[in-house]
Amino acid sequence: MTDEWAQMGDLWAGITEAFRLLVTLDRDLVEITLRSLQVTLTALVIGSAIALPLAALLAVRRFRFRRGVIAVLNALMGLPPVVVGLVVYVLLSRSGPFGVLGLLFTPTAMIIAQVIIIVPLIASIAHQSLRDLWSEYHDLLISMNVTQGQKMRTLLWDARRALLTASLAGFGRAIGEVGAIMIVGGNIDHATRVLTTAIALETGKGDFALALGLGIILIGLAITVNLAIHWLSRTEQEGRW
Amino acid sequence: MRRLVFSVVLTLWGGIAAAQDMMRMAVTTSFQNSGLAGVLLPAIEADLGLEVQLVVVGTGQALKLGEAGDVDAILVHSRRAEETFVAGGFGRHRREIMYNDFVLIGPSADGAAVAAVQTAADALRKIEATQETFVSRGDDSGTHKKELALWRAAALEPESFGDWYKAVGAGMGAALNTASGLDAYILSDRASWLNFGNKGTLALLFSGDPVLFNQYAYLPVSQERHSHVKAVLASKLEGWLTSPRAAALINGYAINGERLFTFNATP
Repeated sequence: MTDEWAQMGDLWAGITEAFRLLVTLDRDLVEITLRSLQVTLTALVIGSAIALPLAALLAVRRFRFRRGVIAVLNALMGLPPVVVGLVVYVLLSRSGPFGVLGLLFTPTAMIIAQVIIIVPLIASIAHQSLRDLWSEYHDLLISMNVTQGQKMRTLLWDARRALLTASLAGFGRAIGEVGAIMIVGGNIDHATRVLTTAIALETGKGDFALALGLGIILIGLAITVNLAIHWLSRTEQEGRW
Repeated sequence: MRRLVFSVVLTLWGGIAAAQDMMRMAVTTSFQNSGLAGVLLPAIEADLGLEVQLVVVGTGQALKLGEAGDVDAILVHSRRAEETFVAGGFGRHRREIMYNDFVLIGPSADGAAVAAVQTAADALRKIEATQETFVSRGDDSGTHKKELALWRAAALEPESFGDWYKAVGAGMGAALNTASGLDAYILSDRASWLNFGNKGTLALLFSGDPVLFNQYAYLPVSQERHSHVKAVLASKLEGWLTSPRAAALINGYAINGERLFTFNATP
């Protein structure tokens, strides 16, 4: 009984701690929150720029290994972040092939790892919706005799709402990810520490209240970003689909 | 409105930057979790204008990062591994800085009665004899290596232990969390233990045997293998870490009135 109360107490302390951090606008909190956003949003933009055209290409183009590529992309949705982190670490290490760039333990390294993690996810979800749209548009676009590029652009534009969902799924995976960025970023204070690695650190120190507080803020941040993107792209408004 | 949001976002983007001397040092979790880093780093920044970025990992990984040239210096506590590192040409030399000590933590009920014994070897033998749950770091860290050495010094072989011996493969904090959850015995450095916030029913049961002393050493990474290593900055930092100013800060650092580290560098 007392143990359970102690655990509940931790949860409550976490909520109080989150509130305190937010109200006082704790300087370290603002810094790591901004870095979380910086890393993940950059990874999201780059990842989407790769994944969405790839998804469109897979929808309109018929080539030999198309099915294989789609199957592999689907499988890679479950890519273990810690393995991605390790591979990126080996590549970016000073002793590795890209060591001269000196990117290890920088936000750039974290962005690279996150891009690798989210591209298969975004591409797979986007491909799913583009494929359905393509079966509707196929005859029309063929009869209009448009180029491959025009087909892809039409699909991407007309499916933009569904693609937004694909990108937001990528954002969700990236913002909560800790295994890869811990390895390639190093969780360096004032350099590569983000919300998830800070949570891991505070858990390690046994400071559950602070860790939970940061966790609550992370969840709040994910919700805020999702709402903001919906608002900025004017979805769910004026009876539009 | 949308334009305003975008411009605010863009301004925030550029906001995080640093412009001064910077070097990276791999350190053990105990150095960071003890809170000593939080005292030394600002002083280093104020005195030398040098920003030291800490990569906090176990000793095994710290040495690996040094071998790969991914950090400019390391501060760890596992003498034999450090000497191999220097002998392999990865480090310029090994310089002793300070020591703290390991302590044996366990459930307050102390089923193995280790609080009453005189030596660390006896304490471990008692735990083995009673088969009380013991959590091992199991991550090739300095603390893990120390623990293995202590078992062997007690003429016991951890490889042959049964289910009561749990190698969790985690950092000090995570391992302490596990021990707290299992009400188990665990070897910890004193600093991490004092700073640990989730003690539960655990208590410090045994300490003070000289074999539990834990020497920290500073190893600047060799520039011969990795020309990009910031050797000049690493030397500057070494000079500071062995200075009377560092001695005062290290010896003066205490938690709940308990002194954690003892400076023992020879200038």
